[in-house]
Order: sequence, then C-alpha cells, then structure tokens
Amino acid sequence: MTAKPLLDVSDLRVTFPIRREGDMPWTPPRLLHAVGGVDFTLNPGETLGIVGESGSGKSTLARALIGLAPATGRAIWQDGTELIGLSARQMLKYRADIQMVFQDPLASLNPRMTVGQIIAEPLTTHHPGLSRDQVKTRVKQMMERVGLLPNQINRYPHEFSGGQCQRIGIARALIVEPKLIICDEPVSALDVSIQAQVINLLADLQRDLGLALIFIAHDLSVVKHISDRVLVMYLGRVMEIAQANSLYATPQHPYTQALLSAVPVPDPELERAKTIIPLAGELPSPMAPPSGCVFRTRCPRAQEACAATPPALLGEAQHLTACHFPGPLTPQEIARAVAEPQPA
Amino acid sequence: MTMIEHDKIKGMSDRMAAAEVRGRSPWADARRRFLRNRAAMVALFVLAGVILFALFGSHFAAWSYDSIDFSVMGSAATQGAPSMANGHYFGTDDLGRDIFARTVQGTQISLMVGIVGAGVAVIVGTLYGATSGYVGGRTDQVMMRLVDILMSIPYMFVLILLLVIFGRRIEMLFLGIGLISWLEMSRIVRGQTLTLKNREFIEAARAIGVPSWRIIIRHIVPNLLGVVAVYATLLVPLMILTESFISFLGLGVQEPLTSWGALISEGAGTMRYGTIWQLAFPLGFFCVTLFAFFFIGDGLRDALDPKDR
Repeated sequence: MTAKPLLDVSDLRVTFPIRREGDMPWTPPRLLHAVGGVDFTLNPGETLGIVGESGSGKSTLARALIGLAPATGRAIWQDGTELIGLSARQMLKYRADIQMVFQDPLASLNPRMTVGQIIAEPLTTHHPGLSRDQVKTRVKQMMERVGLLPNQINRYPHEFSGGQCQRIGIARALIVEPKLIICDEPVSALDVSIQAQVINLLADLQRDLGLALIFIAHDLSVVKHISDRVLVMYLGRVMEIAQANSLYATPQHPYTQALLSAVPVPDPELERAKTIIPLAGELPSPMAPPSGCVFRTRCPRAQEACAATPPALLGEAQHLTACHFPGPLTPQEIARAVAEPQPA
Repeated sequence: MTMIEHDKIKGMSDRMAAAEVRGRSPWADARRRFLRNRAAMVALFVLAGVILFALFGSHFAAWSYDSIDFSVMGSAATQGAPSMANGHYFGTDDLGRDIFARTVQGTQISLMVGIVGAGVAVIVGTLYGATSGYVGGRTDQVMMRLVDILMSIPYMFVLILLLVIFGRRIEMLFLGIGLISWLEMSRIVRGQTLTLKNREFIEAARAIGVPSWRIIIRHIVPNLLGVVAVYATLLVPLMILTESFISFLGLGVQEPLTSWGALISEGAGTMRYGTIWQLAFPLGFFCVTLFAFFFIGDGLRDALDPKDR
C-alpha cells in the first residue's frame, strides 16, 4: 500500500439510455444504471477479484475501464491521467497498458484470421514500425510462453480447443506488455480441468511479469484462489471490498455472507451440515433500483434506515463494507431467513 | 518403459521443432465443399465455356459482326439458315450479317455489363453498407435514408432518360447500371454488419485500439465476403437482364454493336418468317449463362454457409 496505486477509481457510473419501441423521438429515454458509483483502488502487481451474481454490472465495469462502455466518474491511472472521457486518440496510449481477456474464447477471435495475425494485432497497432520478422519472432515467443506450439502460428481459431483459444486470447493481451489485464470471466466457458490450467497460467504470468489483474468471475472459489483482494458487487454497487482471506473468513456484509454460504463444499458431510442463507426474490431492475441501500429488498437484516440513505463504504483500511448494520448474521436472523424466505 | 518415455519425448520435440503447420482456413473449407457440388461445378464449366466463346469466338468467325453478306441479303429466310459451307454457322440476320459473329460480340457486351454492375455493387455496396452499419447512430440513419431515397426513384425511367439525354453510349449504360446496382447490396451488407458488430472479436479489436477503418477492412469485411460473394453472383444475371431489357426496348448499345437483348429483340421480331435461328442462338446463350450464374450462386451459398441450408 506504500506505492502509488496503479488505478484509482472513484464514483464510476455507467448509465444506458433505454428507448422503448414506439417512443416518440422527444420522449426522454429511461435510464438503466448498470454501474452506479463504484470506488476502488488497484495496486501494481495486485489481483483484484470481482464477484457478483449475473446482472450485477461486473462486465460493464470492466468494459467501462477499457473504454468500451460510456462511463462517468473518475479513473486515475498511475501517471495521474484521468482515463474517463479521453478521446480515442488520447486513449490509444493507455490501451497498450490495459488489455482484456474475454469470456468466450472462440468468439473473441476473428474466424478469418490466423493465430499469428490475431496475436500480432495489438503489436502492429501500437508499434507499427516493427518489421514483419520481428513481429513474427515476438508472436512465436509469446505463443511458447502461454503454452502453445509456435509452429501452429498459421492455424485458424476453429482448429483449437476452448482452452487453447483462451491461451491465444491471453497471448494477445500480453504481447504489448501491459501493466493491467482485465479478465472478464476468462474461465467460465471452460471445463473444470482446463479452468485450473488457465488460472495457473494467469497466476504464473502475473508473478513473472508483475502484472496487475482484475479478475471477474461468478465462481467464488476460483476468485479466492487467484485474488489478493476481492470486491463484491450487487446491482452495480460495491457491497464489500477486502483482502481475500479476511473477506472469506469474516464477511461483514449480509449479501457477502449469503453468497459465501451458497458455495458448494466438496465434502458431502460438511455440505449437508451447512446452512445456505436464502435470498428472497429476484435481483431488482437496474432501471428502478431500490432507494437507500440497493440490497435492502432482499436483506435479512433490513430496517427502515436502510431505505432512507445509501450506506457509505466504511470500515478499516483493508476491509470496507457498504452496510448500515455490518457484522455476521446472528443465528436468529439466519433462522428467520430460512423459515420465511419472503420478508415483508 | 524407458523406451516409451524416450519415444514420447522425441515425438514431442519433433513436433516442437516441426515446420510451421499450414492452417485450414474457412475459405479452404468452403472451396472444398464447392468443388464437391456437382451442379455448381458443371455450371462453372459452362460459364467458362461461354467466357471463352466471348473472348476467342471472333477468331473462328468467317465474317465480322458488322459486314453484310450481299448474297443472302434480302432472302435470309431461304439462304440465311445456319450452314457450315458459307461460314454462317449460326445463320444470318435479315440484313445478311453473320449471327455467329454478332453473338460473340453481344456476349462480350452482356457479360461486361453484368460484371461491371456486380463489381460496382461489391466494392461500393460493401464499403458503404459496412461503414453505415459499423458507425451506427445518426450516420447510419442518414446513409440508409439516402439509399431509401435512391431506391424509391424508378431506376428504369432514370436509365432511359440518361440514355436519351446523353445518347446511346455504352459508357452511359455502365454508369446507369453502376449507379443502381449497389443499393440493394449496401442494405444487405449493413444488416450483416449489425449482427457482426457486437461479436466479441470486434470488441476485442476495439479494446486493443484498432482504428475503426481497420476494424471495417480487417474484421468486418472478411466476415461478410461469403454473403457478398453469393449475392454478387446472383446480381450478375440481374444486371444482364436489365441491360437486355433496355436493349430490347431499342435503347441499349448502338448499332452495329449489339448485345444479347438486342439480338433477341431482332430475332423475336422476325421469328414468324421462319428464321427461328435468329432468335434461338442468342436466346440459348442467354439462358444457359443465366442458369450457370444461378447454379454457381447456389453452390457458393451452400459452400460458404453450410449451416444455413
């Protein structure tokens, strides 16, 4: 925590205007708040895991950081530059520093390009002066680095397996030597055995190259394995952010506790013994988020104060929680949630 | 045991050191499927024959397309029939001109019209449609409304006006056909671009920072070419038909030049007098060529889009 953070994000918001069919051109569009004010910092060489259920804005957050989604707020890069609101030309300089690995390994590769062309694309975009041979040498080195045979440079994506395609995606992200890689659910489309390979590859590369990673996933055990710190999102807001060990051992936010209680344990005895804290209802619509704390509609501890003001992200320096009443759920609260899954 | 391990390691090192493997591109797959399609291959050979006929037929003609054989002039019905002896392989027309030479010449014009029309459509239509679809928003609206406006003008009327005002010149015909041919293509390409635009590999390219024009050229257009190729082969006969119709009306190419449409028109005018060959030969070439193009188009579609059958 002594060095300057690589990325300092505060109050990042992404809002999409939604036009309904048949609206008149002058009707103001309804707003969908995909990400509603996210704050976090990321240190060089650190892995930040982002978890949350589907629709919680994890991917939109990633796309906003890389400039694919329109965002407001502040995201300050290490050198003091504000990344949000940069023009495409100004942003180009930072694109080499921030790369992305996508969710669907095959769909993120152009089917009409060879692997060599795909991996070389960031290189030829950011360093147009390199000769053809230099590019080819670097592509081959990178292929070897991620565990692909360099002689497959002329093959096409459809000739590779899912895990290999993801390695190609990682090679493409790494070739310009970025400082930060954003991984948007990089393993959720892969088999479990391949997941482990790809995650270990990412961890190795991170250690060797001193990369910072933002690792988005909905699989909590995967995130625990790879992350230094974990950020829990719900409906576009940060619920809790803490060191991975601290978050998994002593979750403070009721949502985090519910999320962690749902993780399957690979031991039938323990699995039967544990209690899953059920969450009532569905994720509310991001077009009309609840007032105050967005989680209050499903929280077993919700009180009137929760509807009045949104909770601030508070706590010790290493463990921040956005809750008016943080702390472990009492056995009574859990029992109530289990008995009565539909609170008033 | 150690032998096996040894073999394994040797095999692996061989593979590592092996020369670069050549990939099987989606294009190579499509080519293989096309070559296996019998109807399309026959059509391809027929079309090649027609093209060779247009290119080299004049070397075999005993007469030139604009010279008159005075010995048959005026009595085409009795003496102008196809005959090997006097060099009129396809017979003569009423003026005593050689139908074989005129068919060769007409085939050249008609094929050229078809290919130029389709070529303009492919180049202009693809770039216009891909740009419109990729940029999106207001630009897309304006570009597509322009296409709508151009399409709503009755093009045959405009074409006829062009030819009447600027004279019956072959360049005018090319210009007119070029102007209209790309409209439909740009719409199809735009639609395809919209579906491609949100694919992850386009997002990946944007995240890398590839400039828009390069995304269009390197990522969008190559993935569109299948549709474009199919549509272009179907567009060639359409263009030939348009030109034939114009020529049939008597507005196309200028005499003594001719085209399939003009030849068919002349032949149709005289078929009641027993000179059926004046109609049959140009019409035969016309039909065979159109069929060939349609079969090739079908074959291309099956080859490029095996799922969409």
